[in-house]
Parts: sequence; C-alpha cells; structure tokens
Amino acid sequence: MMELVLALAIGVLSASGVWLLLRPRTFQVIMGLSLLSYAVNIFIYAMGRLRSGAPPVLAGEVSDPTRYTDPTPQALVLTAIVISFALTALFLVVILAARGITGSDHVDGKEPDA
Amino acid sequence: MIDWNAHLIIGPIVLPMIIASAMLLLDERRRTLKAALSLSAMAAILIMALVLLHESANGAVGGGDTARVYRLGSWAAPYGIVLVADRLSTMMVALTSVLGGCALIFALARWDRAGPRFHALFLLLIMGVNGALLTGDLFNLFVFFEIMLAASYGLALHGSGEARVRAGVIYIAVNLTASLLFLIGVSLIYGVIGTLNMADVATRVATISVDDLGLFHIGAAVLGTAFLIKCAMWPLGFWLTPTYSAASAPAAAVFAILSKVGVYVVIRLSLLLFGADAGASAGFGLTWLFVGGLATIAFGTFGLIASRDLSRAAGFGVMISSGTVLASLGVGDAATLSGALFYLIGSTLACAALFLLAEILQRGRESDVGEARAVFDDEYRDPFDDEERNEPGLVIPAAVAALGGAFLICTLMVAGLPPLAGFVGKLSMISALVGVGDAAAWTLAAVLSVSSLGALIGLTRLGVGAIWTRDEDAPAFVVGAAELTAVAALLGACVFLAIFAGYGLIYTDHTAAWLADPQGYIHAVLGGGGR
Repeated sequence: MMELVLALAIGVLSASGVWLLLRPRTFQVIMGLSLLSYAVNIFIYAMGRLRSGAPPVLAGEVSDPTRYTDPTPQALVLTAIVISFALTALFLVVILAARGITGSDHVDGKEPDA
Repeated sequence: MIDWNAHLIIGPIVLPMIIASAMLLLDERRRTLKAALSLSAMAAILIMALVLLHESANGAVGGGDTARVYRLGSWAAPYGIVLVADRLSTMMVALTSVLGGCALIFALARWDRAGPRFHALFLLLIMGVNGALLTGDLFNLFVFFEIMLAASYGLALHGSGEARVRAGVIYIAVNLTASLLFLIGVSLIYGVIGTLNMADVATRVATISVDDLGLFHIGAAVLGTAFLIKCAMWPLGFWLTPTYSAASAPAAAVFAILSKVGVYVVIRLSLLLFGADAGASAGFGLTWLFVGGLATIAFGTFGLIASRDLSRAAGFGVMISSGTVLASLGVGDAATLSGALFYLIGSTLACAALFLLAEILQRGRESDVGEARAVFDDEYRDPFDDEERNEPGLVIPAAVAALGGAFLICTLMVAGLPPLAGFVGKLSMISALVGVGDAAAWTLAAVLSVSSLGALIGLTRLGVGAIWTRDEDAPAFVVGAAELTAVAALLGACVFLAIFAGYGLIYTDHTAAWLADPQGYIHAVLGGGGR
C-alpha cells in the first residue's frame, strides 16, 4: 500500500513538473522545476528501499543490521534538497531580472505575437 | 610536522575555496589586492597541478601506471569519500589551471570591474571543476558539479545586460533539469548496486542479476544524459552557443572547460563501469556516443559555417571538439581515444583563445546576434566604383598584425591543420581509425576531415571580415597588455603542445591504456580488497 501511494506521488509530481516545465511563462517553469525536485527527492528515498519506523543510526550493540534503515539515501536527500533549494532561489532572482529588463515573463523574453 | 605532499591532491580544491571565501570579506573597491590574491591562487593551483601531472606521468616506482588516492577523514574507500588523481584527472586539472589562469589574466584588463564578486565566483568555478575531476564517488561528483554550475550561472550573467539575462534564464533552466536527471541516475544506480564509490560500482557491475540489469542500464543512461547535456551533444546542446556568445569573454573562455568536464565524466564512467570486464554490460552506450558524437560534429560544423559572429563560431567550435572526443570514445579503441585526448587539450585551449580574440575584434561594434542582416552587403555594387578599397599604401599597425597572427593560429588549431597541435591530434585519431578499419571508423575519419574543411571555411571568412574588410567607421583596435598576454599564453601553450607532441602522445597513449584496463584504478582506490 505504501509503495503504491509513494509511486503515485512521484508519478503525479513528475508528470505535473514536466508539463509545467514546458510551459511558456517563467513562473510556470520555476514551479515545474520545484515539483520535479520534490519528485526526485522522494524518488531517492524510494531507491534506498522503503522501511517504516527503522532507525538509520546504529546505537550500542548491533544485534542485527537488517533491522536498521540505510542512512545513505537520507544523507543524499538532505544534500539534494539544500542544493536544489538554493539554486531555485538563484533562478528566481534571474527570472525577476529578466522580467525587469525585457518587460515580459515569456521564457524567450518577448511576447510571441509582439 | 604535516606531510604537505600527502595532502597535495586536495590543494586544488581547498585553496580556491579558502581564497574565494576570504575575498567575500574584502571591500569591492580593493581591486589590486583582489587581483593579486586570485592571481597567486591560480599560480599556486597551476604549480600543484603540474606536480600531480608530473607524478602521474612518471608512474609507480616499480614501473607501470599509478593513481594517487586521498582518503578524506582516513576512512577506507567504499565507505569513506576518496579523491583520486590518475593520469586522466591530473591531465584535466592541469588543463583547467592553464585555461583558468589565462582567462583570469584577460579579465584583469577590464572585465573584473564589470560586476561585483568576479574573483570569488571565478575561484569557486575553478574549485568546482577541480573537485569534479578529482572526486572518486558519484555523489560528490554531483556536489562539485553543482558548485561549478552555481558559479557558472553567476559568471554567465557577469556584466549583466539583456542578452546575458535572456540567455542565462535558458542556461539555468536547462542545467537545473540536467541536475535532476543526474540525481535520478545516481539514485537508480545506488538502488541497484548499493554503493556510490565509482571503483566499487565497477567491481560489482558484472555481478548484477539479470532482473536488475535493465534498471541499472536505465540509471546509467539517465546519468549519461545529464552529462551529455553538459557536453552539449546534439540534440541536447542547443543552449550552449547562445549562452557562451552572450557571456563576457573571460567567462566564455573558462566555460570552454565546463563542457570538457562533461566529456571527462563520460569517458571516466563509460570505461570504468562498462569496460571489458563488465559482463553483460560491456560496451553499454558506445553506439549512442558514436552516433551522437557524429551528429554533434556535423551540427557544430554547419553552425560554425553559418555563424555571422565570431563568438558564436567559437561556441560551435566547443561543440565540434566535444563531439569529436565523444565519437572517438564511441569507436571503443584505445589508440583512437589517445588521439582524442590529445585533441581535447589543444582544441579546448584554442576555443578559449578564440573567445578572447572575438571580444577584442568585436569590441566597439554592436553585437547583432539574431538580427536580420543582408548576407552580402556588396551584392548590388559595381566593383570598380569602390575607390576606397583601391587606395594604395596599406598600413598594418602592430596590433592588427598581432591579432591577425593570433587568429591564424586559432583557425589552424580549431580546424586541425598542420603544423599545430590540432593537426597532431586529428592525424593520430585518423591513423588509429584507419587501423580499426570498419565502416564506422571510416565514417568518423571522413566526418573529421570534412569538419576540418568546414571549420577552416567558416573561420577564414569571419577572420577576413573582422581584420581585413573591417568597416571604415569602426574604431581602431585597442588591445590591453593583459589581454594580449592572456591570448599569447593560450596560443603559446598550443605551440608548446605542438613542439612536444611526441611526449604528449606518449602520455595520452598511456592514459588510454590505463583507462582501457580499469583494474589499476579499482586496485588503487579499494586497495585490492574491495569489501
């Protein structure tokens, strides 16, 4: 059940993300990139195998390592979140600059019929 | 007492990071101090790179090739993070520092004043590139790629202006999407194999079960797509020319190495993971690289011929050189790869010099990229009416002579004509291809020759336009001493490469042989044991 919900979430997020990414307005592009990066972050978790309630850090005597969850994907997701967050903010600034300089929020910087 | 030599490998990453962060504390008006700091940082990086290069060129004590491995925090390889300096990565680090140093000298003439924080961004870019070249695991590759790209976004917009911002939006959007693909690829590979260390992945590729093989191949393909976007392989490279031709000249020159970092990763991963020992995965993706490389060469050549603007032509030159190396890698022959590696060094230097020259030659003229313009502006003129052009007494000032000479060297290098290093690289590729002798090899040899001709035609036409038949009302050429030094240093490196081509080819031969047998790399990283 959990697998199905997760797979659906990733699928819906990435489909919406790709659709928005291909839209002509910069705001839609940045929303699409954000949705895609959420989808990718959840996907990294899923690739580390799903396990609910298992601790990622070994504590004290380790009786059975299989009872612990893999910490690497969590470290990866943390890094990926920070990086994509920062770069989205940077992209937002560039988009605002483009809007200010060109006077249009079209990704080409000019209205299609102008 | 610290053994500095043991920590040498992390120097090209840590030094620019420290200097760049210290520079953020300095006031933007202290230009001389900042310039001195970043120049000395680049000089120190160059020295470290040359020491590493010398070491990897001479190999192990008992003969044979070796790789220097640096364990961060002294954790053993598959669990800890390692930096690896082998022949390929030290060669690329040395190339980066030569290129970066020259671009920095060029920028000191005036471009470092075009916007804030130029030096810090520049050093962070160098740090990202060096890190991506030296790292031994996939996730740190991602982190260093992002550092490199974040700095490159800043540099692409350096100097601002509508053209740069417009090109920058597309550049950033494409690269953010590529980074997401990178993450998907890395996590798929981790999901199948359970490790991110490249050497450890390489030992396990052959043991992947048949059920998981498809998933692993999808992961590798998605990862490869992310790097091929960075290499600007056709049809993933449409972002390259608008961005590079809009960027300021020193930024564009140093960007010439960025696409080569993509090429480096493709070479490294495809030979390490999909070499002869990889079982069912051996040679995965080589056909795609070959076909994509051919298409990139063709696209770049046509683009170069069609360019009306020298900096756009240089952008297409970067694409041709990426495509050439990718297609040679796709042939799957060590001798061809050796020629391609030699060609990579020369063509990267030459493309960077061409970006710098383009800025000097086009200075003071409105750049009319994308605007409609008559193809031949003398179409309906009576040639004998033109009195100005028949005036006797041609005066060639020193600046024009120097620029003309520099342009000639650039053209010879990019087109791959004798007697310079571009020709040596192309010749050794073609002679290796003749040795392989199948239909694919002959196709590549033919495409390489035709693309040389195309590049020659395109660049000669642009050079004649820029130097000989210059508009009468255009301002005279003004070249700063720093700018001339930078261009002369880059072209001097090309000439040096041509003179010592024998040593260069021996080095790349050894590199190609070392890459063809990944056991040496795996042994150096994992200490023979694995886990």
